[in-house]
Amino acid sequence: MSAEGQPAIGPLLTVGQLTKLFGTFAACNGIDLEIKPGEIHALLGENGAGKSTLVKMLFGVLAPTSGEIVWQGQPVRIASPSAARRLGIGMVFQHFSLFEALTVAENIALSMAPGISLNRIAEEASALSHSYGLPLDPKAHVADLSVGERQRIEIVRALLQNPKLIILDEPTSVLTPQEADRLFETLNKLKAEGRSVLYISHRLEEVQRICDRATVLRHGKVTGACDPRRETPSSLARMMVGSDVAHVSAEGTSTKGAVKLEARHLSAPARTPFAVALKNICLKVHAGEVLAIAGVAGNGQGELFDALSGEYPAATDDVVRIADKPVGTRGINARRLMGAGFVPEERHGHAAVSALSLSDNLILARSQSDRRAFLGGGVLGLIRQDAVKSATRRIAQAMDVRKSGDNPPAGSLSGGNLQKFIVGRELDRQPTVLVVNQPTWGVDAGAASRIRQALVDLAKSGSAVLVISQDLDEIFEVATEIAVISEGRLSDIYPAAELSREKIGLLMGGMYGKTESAETAHAH
Amino acid sequence: MRIELERRPEVSRLFSILSPVIALALTMIFGGIMFLLLGKNPITALHSFFIEPLMEVWSLHELAIKAAPLIMIGVGLSVCYRSNNWNIGAEGQFIAGAIAGSILPVVFHEWHSPLVLPLMLLLGMLGGALFAGIPAFLKAHLNTNEILTSLMLVYVAQLFLDWLVRGYWRNPGGMNFPETRTFDPVAVLPEMIASGRTHWGFGFALIAAVAIWFMMRYTLKGFEITVLGQSERAGRFAGFSTRKMIWFSMLLSGALAGLAGIAEVSGAIQQLRPVISPGYGFTAIIVAFLGRLNPLGIVVAGLVLALTYLGGEAAQLSLGVSDKVTRVFQGLLLFFVLSCDTLIRYKIKLVWSNLTGTATEGAH
Repeated sequence: MSAEGQPAIGPLLTVGQLTKLFGTFAACNGIDLEIKPGEIHALLGENGAGKSTLVKMLFGVLAPTSGEIVWQGQPVRIASPSAARRLGIGMVFQHFSLFEALTVAENIALSMAPGISLNRIAEEASALSHSYGLPLDPKAHVADLSVGERQRIEIVRALLQNPKLIILDEPTSVLTPQEADRLFETLNKLKAEGRSVLYISHRLEEVQRICDRATVLRHGKVTGACDPRRETPSSLARMMVGSDVAHVSAEGTSTKGAVKLEARHLSAPARTPFAVALKNICLKVHAGEVLAIAGVAGNGQGELFDALSGEYPAATDDVVRIADKPVGTRGINARRLMGAGFVPEERHGHAAVSALSLSDNLILARSQSDRRAFLGGGVLGLIRQDAVKSATRRIAQAMDVRKSGDNPPAGSLSGGNLQKFIVGRELDRQPTVLVVNQPTWGVDAGAASRIRQALVDLAKSGSAVLVISQDLDEIFEVATEIAVISEGRLSDIYPAAELSREKIGLLMGGMYGKTESAETAHAH
Repeated sequence: MRIELERRPEVSRLFSILSPVIALALTMIFGGIMFLLLGKNPITALHSFFIEPLMEVWSLHELAIKAAPLIMIGVGLSVCYRSNNWNIGAEGQFIAGAIAGSILPVVFHEWHSPLVLPLMLLLGMLGGALFAGIPAFLKAHLNTNEILTSLMLVYVAQLFLDWLVRGYWRNPGGMNFPETRTFDPVAVLPEMIASGRTHWGFGFALIAAVAIWFMMRYTLKGFEITVLGQSERAGRFAGFSTRKMIWFSMLLSGALAGLAGIAEVSGAIQQLRPVISPGYGFTAIIVAFLGRLNPLGIVVAGLVLALTYLGGEAAQLSLGVSDKVTRVFQGLLLFFVLSCDTLIRYKIKLVWSNLTGTATEGAH
């Protein structure tokens, strides 16, 4: 590789046997990677495969334990993100590092060398963003912008450094399909200019669509390097997961029973300046049905979950009904006692307390609904550890939760295994109503398919299931009905079979049932 | 250059257990240096400070008397701190309990009945709890910072006591000294052990420690306290109310501080004076942390801190140093406990570069 010498025709970046150890755990283990000038290179892998660790080493956030990084034929040591930027590497992180109270230009200025005037930055950013088809108003406050626009700031911020290589970490996870299309156009423009893109994703469809080459990681090792266009989604998935992923079957969920969960003109004011108010939400979930609520992150999903679960009860009783009884002002445990179960989005610090053991985390959700089994001693409320622990074992077994030891702290489990436990904790009760927010967010493919199948099976057995998700693939896998949430408003509910991705994309932008406005959505 | 604290990937179990011991050892070393700077032989000074008080029966009784309020208050504070409520005003609740409990022996001093003592103890708990209820109300309903309100109320309680004993409650036959009348024998907390002065306050402290330990370990209430302290959001998911927990933890710790107050007054002093506490309420904060917020650990920590009071008195007599030495030792101990705990969870990183970063691009 290095023998070819000439930077102009040789690879832009070569990574040789790069290893990163955390203690004895190898997050990256002898990774080889080569990126040519002017290509879009995909880095594929499940959560925990080592993708983030690898790019953090390339961007100077982490120091490699061993191995070499060769940039344009020269071995380099990248000590910090600013060193990476000076070399010509730009990065757009999955979680944006923006100050909401500052303007776009001010946020960009923070990452530039000091001493450049704000006006000049604003002009340059504005010009650059328009030439790449990413229009931005430099004077807008970040708090007022959509997630897609915030991502543009990050991209423009990276482009202002005139990088030769841009790393994008899961860029489409927060975008509507239409916004993603615009991003792909920008990436193709960058490619045409001879810049390289390292594109991290676990979405096979988009990788096949835009990437020239792909490197697949699993358990910190490279398991394949290929041209994604010559592969099938299932062959790529096999490289990622190491085995075939079980297909989720939604057969037999079409029978509708009585209404189990209902929201009637549910409105809720925003609790904080950056939260979303719920506006006049109406929905019905029948027994045997999976209603999926699609939407881009930050459009009121969390707030809807809070109102349905009763963590923040509503002002009037009739706006939420469980099993045809008004429960709007009742708390979460009252709703649980009526047969409802809840799975929030955030695993750590909401659905589970990381420092507590799994059995303690079982009590967390079920201290009242299983009062008779789990508590003794009358008013003293003694916790019956034996009963709780045996239920914990039962759940771990039913959901195939992999853990170290019998009853480890929740924080020691991987995301997928903890999520299986959290979902299993509710399923174990056979709830008649289940409300789940982002059931497989940040979960590996194997665990995700297991969780989705469990949700479908629960509906089949006659429960009403409501799934809030940003992942359209997931929604089409599990849903019998689909609605879309946008800026705190819920669209009508459509049967899943009648909706296309494009239609959902329009609904995500707030275009309720107005198909003729497709053009305006694109023009934006 | 700047200093950063970087979270360690794993917390060493061994060192978290050893932490209080290391802190104690460091306190000894730096205390020794302090004595050296004062021109005293550090070995003999430390000996008279920490060893001598343990050699006599009567001083062991004094140790128990001083440890009793520290343990009782510390145990209550541990519930507060575990549930993320930062009650710093136990000193004020101690005084409020002492005043409330003293209503019977001071105002109704002609009433002699076996009911007096139990009622005094109940009134003491009530007084402490009500006084802690003020910051609890302010936090639960107006979102006020309880650290500030509870701390400021300490001075309110101290000055109120001062005003009482110089005014309405002053002993009519007391030659104008700022004191209340001495308590009638029915209002005095009896001695616990025949060999000395240790009164039942020490027994109450041990009972409180065991009861709170049992609650934290075995009951749903203890679980609720732990969960709400770790994550308010997870607590809400479990259906636990943060607001109710503010009330519960503040009232409980206030009641225990109040009980400590009336037990101290009734058992050890037997009257109210302008100053009835050498800072027990503040020292109990150190006790709570030195005991790792574990009620049984707090019993041990309470005995250790009580020793610093005794040692301070002994050092005054035998070495002729100021009684401020006690405060210095307590401060050193808290400082080292907190810094040991911090360094077990974080490591210190010196960052030499400025914000924009300096280049180390190897072969360029």
